[in-house]
Amino acid sequence: MTTPNWEIGGRALGSRLLLGTARYPSLAVLQQAIQASGAAIVTVSLRRESASGRAGSQFWSLIKEMGVQVLPNTAGCKTVKEALTTAEMAREVFETAWLKLEVIGDDYTLQPHPFLLVEAAEELCRRGFEVFPYTTEDLVVAERLIQAGCKILMPWGAPIGSGQGLNNPYALRTLRARYPEISLIVDAGIGKPSHALQAMEMGYDGVLVNTAVARATDPVQMGRAFGLAVAAGRLAYLAGAMLAQDMAEPSTPVTGTPFWHSSPQEPTK
Amino acid sequence: MIIEVNGEKRQLDQPQVLAEAITHWGYQCALIAVAHNDEFVPRSRYAATPLQDGDRLEIVAPMQGG
Repeated sequence: MTTPNWEIGGRALGSRLLLGTARYPSLAVLQQAIQASGAAIVTVSLRRESASGRAGSQFWSLIKEMGVQVLPNTAGCKTVKEALTTAEMAREVFETAWLKLEVIGDDYTLQPHPFLLVEAAEELCRRGFEVFPYTTEDLVVAERLIQAGCKILMPWGAPIGSGQGLNNPYALRTLRARYPEISLIVDAGIGKPSHALQAMEMGYDGVLVNTAVARATDPVQMGRAFGLAVAAGRLAYLAGAMLAQDMAEPSTPVTGTPFWHSSPQEPTK
Repeated sequence: MIIEVNGEKRQLDQPQVLAEAITHWGYQCALIAVAHNDEFVPRSRYAATPLQDGDRLEIVAPMQGG
């Protein structure tokens, strides 16, 4: 899984799994989970720093040491202004123009605010950021984000941290079909490796997971499970799945079967 | 004068620039980014950013995120 096979934001990476770094039981577990998952991109954030505390520096040293690509987020931002200022601060601290743009419109579902998101994305693209917008599955919002200059979209599967999986597979499939050239990553709501696999089988370019790994009983093993699921889903997409049908079709050749009948039989008593 | 730092009011004895205030509060060795009255201030501008009574500062550092 380490051979670079994915071009995203101008980089060639070896894994299509993006891993969040929050909510792990410890930094040691976080580090092991990243390693076990094979994730090449991890999300990071900015928080208020007290003059005495240096909580962030130990975390940041660990991430830098690991040599993974970081994707800073604007978590908690509710206005365009907050998002733009946070983005600039993140670019300076993390020394990358990559940005997971979050502008939240509802406190209970943490649903992205579509209008403010588009407005912020326009300005950040203009300022040279590689914007990864956290958005809903809405097709028209996606269109507007692309017009704003985004080459990557991150529709939610379900609300952040809910673990519900892909709530609207139809809309996610529609996005894939409508934008074959855009990098699509399912962000948020993934609860199990099967959800990630489902997204990858649909042809999604990647999956971003945090809570499902961090809050697993064994985050390290779960990280590995997600890495495998994402890789398996990608392989399955490339291999091309068969079409589903209503009736059975014998997999074992029928001709020459013992007691063979040429037409379907009534059930015997 | 009073400066609001990360939502808390802090006293500064005399008018000074952001670079001096950061050192005064003990942030000089930390990897931080700063917003002054909601505007991002690049590191290169700390020495040229005067603080005034009632100004607001956000001082942030790397943290885990999803």
